[in-house]
Amino acid sequence: MKVVYKSQTKATWCPGCGDYGVMAALEMAFKALKLPPHEIVLVSGIGCSSNLPHFFKTYGFHGLHGRAVPVATGIKLANPSLTVVVAGGDGDGYGIGLGHSLHAMRRNLDLTYVVMDNEIYGLTTGQASPTSTLGAKTKSTPLTGVIEAPVNPLALALSAGATFVARAFSGDPKQMADLLVQGIRHKGFALVDVFSPCVTYNHLNTFDYFRSRVYKLESVGHDPTDPVAAFRRTLEWGERIPTGLFYRAERPTYEDLEPALKDGPLPHQRAGFPPDVDPLKEFY
Amino acid sequence: MQELALRVGGAAGDGIATVGETFCRLLTRQGFYAFGHTGYQSVIRGGHVWFQARGSPERIWSQGDGCDVLYALDRQTVEVHAPTLRPGGVLVFDPEKFSVLPDQVPPKVKILPVPTLQLARKFASEPILQNGVGMGVVSALAGQPLSVLHGILTESLGRKGAVLAQNLSASEAGFRYAKEHFGALDRALPEKGGSPKLLMSGNQAIALGAVAAGLKFLSQYPMTPATSIMHWLAAHAESFHVVVKQAEDELAAINMAIGASHAGVRAMTATSGGGFALMVEAFGMAAMTETPLVVVESQRSGPSTGLPTKTEQGDLQMILGASQGEFPRVVLGPGSVAEAYRETARAFQLAEDWQTPVVVASDLYLSEDVQGLDREDLPTLPTPASLFTVPEPPEGGNGYLRYRDTPSGVSPRAIPGQRGLMFDAGSDEHDESGRLVSDVLSGIPAYVEVRRKMMDKRMRKLSGIRSATNPPTLEGSDPAEITLVGWGSTAMPVRDALALLKGQGVAANYLHVAQPWPLHGEAIVQVLRSAKRTLLIEQNFSGQLGRVITAETGLRFPDTLLKYDGEPFYPWEIVTKVMEVTGRVHR
Repeated sequence: MKVVYKSQTKATWCPGCGDYGVMAALEMAFKALKLPPHEIVLVSGIGCSSNLPHFFKTYGFHGLHGRAVPVATGIKLANPSLTVVVAGGDGDGYGIGLGHSLHAMRRNLDLTYVVMDNEIYGLTTGQASPTSTLGAKTKSTPLTGVIEAPVNPLALALSAGATFVARAFSGDPKQMADLLVQGIRHKGFALVDVFSPCVTYNHLNTFDYFRSRVYKLESVGHDPTDPVAAFRRTLEWGERIPTGLFYRAERPTYEDLEPALKDGPLPHQRAGFPPDVDPLKEFY
Repeated sequence: MQELALRVGGAAGDGIATVGETFCRLLTRQGFYAFGHTGYQSVIRGGHVWFQARGSPERIWSQGDGCDVLYALDRQTVEVHAPTLRPGGVLVFDPEKFSVLPDQVPPKVKILPVPTLQLARKFASEPILQNGVGMGVVSALAGQPLSVLHGILTESLGRKGAVLAQNLSASEAGFRYAKEHFGALDRALPEKGGSPKLLMSGNQAIALGAVAAGLKFLSQYPMTPATSIMHWLAAHAESFHVVVKQAEDELAAINMAIGASHAGVRAMTATSGGGFALMVEAFGMAAMTETPLVVVESQRSGPSTGLPTKTEQGDLQMILGASQGEFPRVVLGPGSVAEAYRETARAFQLAEDWQTPVVVASDLYLSEDVQGLDREDLPTLPTPASLFTVPEPPEGGNGYLRYRDTPSGVSPRAIPGQRGLMFDAGSDEHDESGRLVSDVLSGIPAYVEVRRKMMDKRMRKLSGIRSATNPPTLEGSDPAEITLVGWGSTAMPVRDALALLKGQGVAANYLHVAQPWPLHGEAIVQVLRSAKRTLLIEQNFSGQLGRVITAETGLRFPDTLLKYDGEPFYPWEIVTKVMEVTGRVHR
């Protein structure tokens, strides 16, 4: 029987939104990995991109603004046999939820985090985001433009200990699907930051803007096992912007090191005190 | 009632808690009921710390009033605590450190100078060994054999050979010194009480009750006075198979617990008021996504950072009002260490049965103080059932509605990993299938109806919970001249006060509202309408439970005993107030 990953719910994004490319690439990745839909949990926060779980027929958790990563952490720690993919925007993951993102990376939880980075707040109709370009005029920065330096998510991820750091572009869903396949397969925290243009509120960082700038790291012989080279590449911005796999490392995951998970997923373990233990003994 | 109380005081870092806890352990091991109360400050070294250890062959519920032995490690302890010494009591101190004048202690109280440092120096150079001497002195004064103390020290220091030997010798020296220079106190306890008792803090009872009820996941951020829940569970995480995750903040802690619960395990988070304030948004999400969740809120004095190491019941209104919108929630207020165990276990059952958040409202007093218990006080619970209760449909089957509208408001819950039952849990309003109705559908007539239906479905749980749970119980004399009304840990000093009142010829009872929400208003009206007189007793400024009862029933409380100075109630304070309210003069 043909496995269906998409739900009947029609995506509610604006026509031309970059998030459609992410949805397509994610579906391609699930298909390529032949993942059973009931073993996938898509977790999101709040924002246009965070509606994504509803468009898939997998398990989904559409939580609070900025708190997708801790919900995903709880799901993964309870049941590491599930494939947990976090999806959200730059405001969700690099603004209100940045702290959680960094801590999840240093823990090296086996999560895949897809950030649909459009350099703007879309659902609230066009305010500056943590990745907005310096000088960008938005509804919240109408006079001077943005006067704070943008977050560099990939450099942050590297320094925070993420073991898989990649960048994709909605204009190239094939490359993105390939990175998502690798990221989901990767045992550890995988960040896939995606340039996913907002066609309604961001007239600076458009499809054309990125199309004319992006180049693929594999085309220049980048070695993704070299953290220093990776860090140098994360600093490239301007006329040429790299996409692809920046960095990959092998490190035990948090789940591997958690003693309570030695006997497998928690929902399948017995609950209560072990029968041979008197829990009150130590209180005498 | 026969009882003995030891109070020990000094600076943080002096080992005050160790002396106090060791003495509590000695009491429970000898078969006495015990209560251990710590008074400490938010410093690691210095300041003033004290511990009261009280024991009796009969049940005791609080630190009691006054002490019989005051072991003062510094001058400040004498200044602060000497007035609490009861007639027949004794002040123990080391004259090498400071001197005490006879008029510094109350009448009929003796002074026993003990060269603790000098005696300790025979065995080791570290001044901390003075406490070994001190513990020996206290054992002798309490009329307890040295062998019991030695047994306890051997267990706690067994792995530190030299230190153990020093402590055994030092405590023996102290024991002999007290025997030679004083003897035992008039109030000394008999050599044996009953069968050995358990000694446990409220937080340990909460942790135990949680595991007994099937806890598999705790996520927590450290905050006094909830932190020791994490400490105990972390130490037992491997043997009990519980994932204990210290989160980066309280927002993460509660969201992780919700995630774990969503994935199909019983999950909990614990914090104090400040941390709960950060959890508020997700607290509402647990109700909206109908995810079972247990939150322990161990209150301390607020507002803001307040008094981090002092107790209060000032968060009830916050807990009842926490998070935007309206949703069903349960608030439990256990009134003893044993109740902390049972109510935490009940919290898990309620959270799961009704798929909504349940708060166990403790406070510093209940969470951190220790009480002696019988094994029967902590009943064994049946092995928790699996959460996989929705059968997987046959291949190709669907139509599963995660949020199906049912008469009780509770819908069958599937768990990620189950075939054919995929659904979305959403913090947005949704229909029975879990599909959003917040974006392109909101405001369209059919979905206005969906919104109303889903609100009704969730809110319906509240009356179900009220009917399925027991109304508050009346403890003490019946009939009574006066009925005290309170919730949570206040029950502990109140129970001791009821016994004292009985001794004074006053028939009093106590309505212990162990479940402030949903309130059993009708049952409370029945009890209080027939009460001759009431006294609302709460550890807060505005009588928050009283306000809830008034709002729900119209009943008012003309007489109140409200305390918000950070210190727990002392039984005699309650007795005095009752005497005043009932028109008696306090003897």
